[in-house]
Amino acid sequence: MKKISVPQKNHWLARFQRSTHYGDIPWSALIIIASFLVLALVIAIGWMLWQQSADTRAQFGWSFILPTSNSVWDPLKGVYQSWTFIYGTLITSLFAIIFAIPISVGIAVFLAELCPEPLRLPLGWMIELLAAIPSVVYGLWGIFVFLPNVVVPVGQGLAAAFGQIPLLNTFFIGPIPLSGSSRLAAAMILTIMIVPTITAISRDVLLAIPNTQREAAMGMGSTRWEMIWQVLLPYGLSGILGAIILGLGRALGETMAVTMVIGNSLEATNSLLKPGSTMASLLANQFKEAVSQLHTDAMIEIGLTLFVITLILNLIARFLVWQVARRTPQEARA
Amino acid sequence: MTTTRFQELIAKNEVAHARRRRITNAVMLTITGLLTLLALVPLFWIVGYVIYRGGSTLNLDFFTQLARPLGMAGGGVLFSIEGTAVLTVLSCLFAIPPGVLAAFYVARNPNTPLGVALRFGTDVLAGVPSIVMGLFIYTLIVVPEKHYSAWAGGLALAILMLPVIIRTTEEMLKLVPHTMREASLGLGAPEWKTSLSVMFPAALNGIITGFLLAIARSVGETAPLLFTALGNEQYDLGTIVRGGIQSHQSLFAIIGRIINQPVDSLPLTLWKYAQQPYPERINQSWGVALVLMIFVLLIEIIARLYVESRKRALQG
Repeated sequence: MKKISVPQKNHWLARFQRSTHYGDIPWSALIIIASFLVLALVIAIGWMLWQQSADTRAQFGWSFILPTSNSVWDPLKGVYQSWTFIYGTLITSLFAIIFAIPISVGIAVFLAELCPEPLRLPLGWMIELLAAIPSVVYGLWGIFVFLPNVVVPVGQGLAAAFGQIPLLNTFFIGPIPLSGSSRLAAAMILTIMIVPTITAISRDVLLAIPNTQREAAMGMGSTRWEMIWQVLLPYGLSGILGAIILGLGRALGETMAVTMVIGNSLEATNSLLKPGSTMASLLANQFKEAVSQLHTDAMIEIGLTLFVITLILNLIARFLVWQVARRTPQEARA
Repeated sequence: MTTTRFQELIAKNEVAHARRRRITNAVMLTITGLLTLLALVPLFWIVGYVIYRGGSTLNLDFFTQLARPLGMAGGGVLFSIEGTAVLTVLSCLFAIPPGVLAAFYVARNPNTPLGVALRFGTDVLAGVPSIVMGLFIYTLIVVPEKHYSAWAGGLALAILMLPVIIRTTEEMLKLVPHTMREASLGLGAPEWKTSLSVMFPAALNGIITGFLLAIARSVGETAPLLFTALGNEQYDLGTIVRGGIQSHQSLFAIIGRIINQPVDSLPLTLWKYAQQPYPERINQSWGVALVLMIFVLLIEIIARLYVESRKRALQG
């Protein structure tokens, strides 16, 4: 009779098999170390930028980032105030968001509620492909196609419409440069770039709303639009707000496309129709040509400001999106 | 007769009200459809125009020649294609091992303090502007090393790729059926073996898709390379390798020379050429834009098709 080979306790095979179980210790150590490495990276980014900008923080304090009527950025005299660039970043992103909100929420509503089923996926993908196009390609297309054909007429229209009205004319004082390079151009390019982000998340938020909400609204005799406007959008409001804030974060940090169309002027003006600079475009333009250590440090502090702003925005956005996810029960429609 | 008159008015008003509601409904729903069309306009405009302008500049020289001095016709962007390849390989080497390992951790322990912190850290990392990553690597690597280099650029791109890799790997690991994991553990396989020889192969195709998406994202990035990889029009792998072999250098020395000097990349070249006032350079930048765009969009579409089919297959 053939003997069934059960490994004995001290047989080499049994010892080998038992010893492989010790592999769990190095394996978990490895994945925990990798996880800590990723976390350390986030902290290190903030820490390095904080440390490297120590000199400018000591020298200029809060005046570096606080609003001033005529902020000075003079590498030759060694005086640095970044309000012009912060303003440039804020105004371009703000207008981009203002343009993008109705467009992307409208698209999200269409994709989630109205679109025929077979078209939903391809249309959604096409919108999201807009986010995949490299930003330098946006910039190149912007300079040669979008600016002369779209931005200049729009800018002239805005200047004609609002240029004379008091209060509004600080933002819309013309004329827009013939090349079209202006904050308006940056805002419009940014709009195209952030629409996919806001659309995708808002659509997912709408799709996660339970069907009972729709049925209740329809049962009360509301039209489809009333259901969307009075029930679905308020229900998903915080999620959509989160999407908007994530889009804002993307707009604030976008560098290349903005640098190529904004005109890179250091002039302190409030108008949307004039060339300007953003924090990111200043870094792209001046960092390599920094004239002194202080100049470099000042720009690293601008990077730090950008990092902190996007960090805070991300926190808020995640919190809002998370709130919707928590409130929505599991039987949400697929 | 006042009551009937009043009732008539109400009835009329209600008809008008209902009509207004119907019209609002139709108008607003049409607007959402039109907005969707509006958003597709830039997509087709950009893709079409880049194909039209770039298509007329592409030829064999474009891919096989180095840059010629200004004023001379012809020449290509081989230096920048090679630079992109070197940067991509380096960034994958830096980003994939920690990314995949960390994803194994979150996939298995999503609710431990470290797991929660890691997910949050990944979200933060995904939101950090890419130019800030360039600044970070500049202060961390370029300043102490005192020179720009390909590997500094690779590191900056790797930080950019990490969140994408962690997220897609985590999702793909979660899609592997529980039963497979339990079967393996039940047969007595230790945890590490289950992870490496059951979970990993089952999720491998999806994980590779994640790598592709990460590469697609990093290939188009310029901002993190501005002050890390810098750009280098004289870069030529062929010359470096041939020179190294002729002077009997070791393999490590040759690799060191490849990764320890500044390199160009396609988007960096595009940016520099687009700012120059010479028409031939502008034309070449359209060519670069076309190559970049096709590469990125193809990867994106293939990867998405694959992920979608896999989700369907696994979730039924």
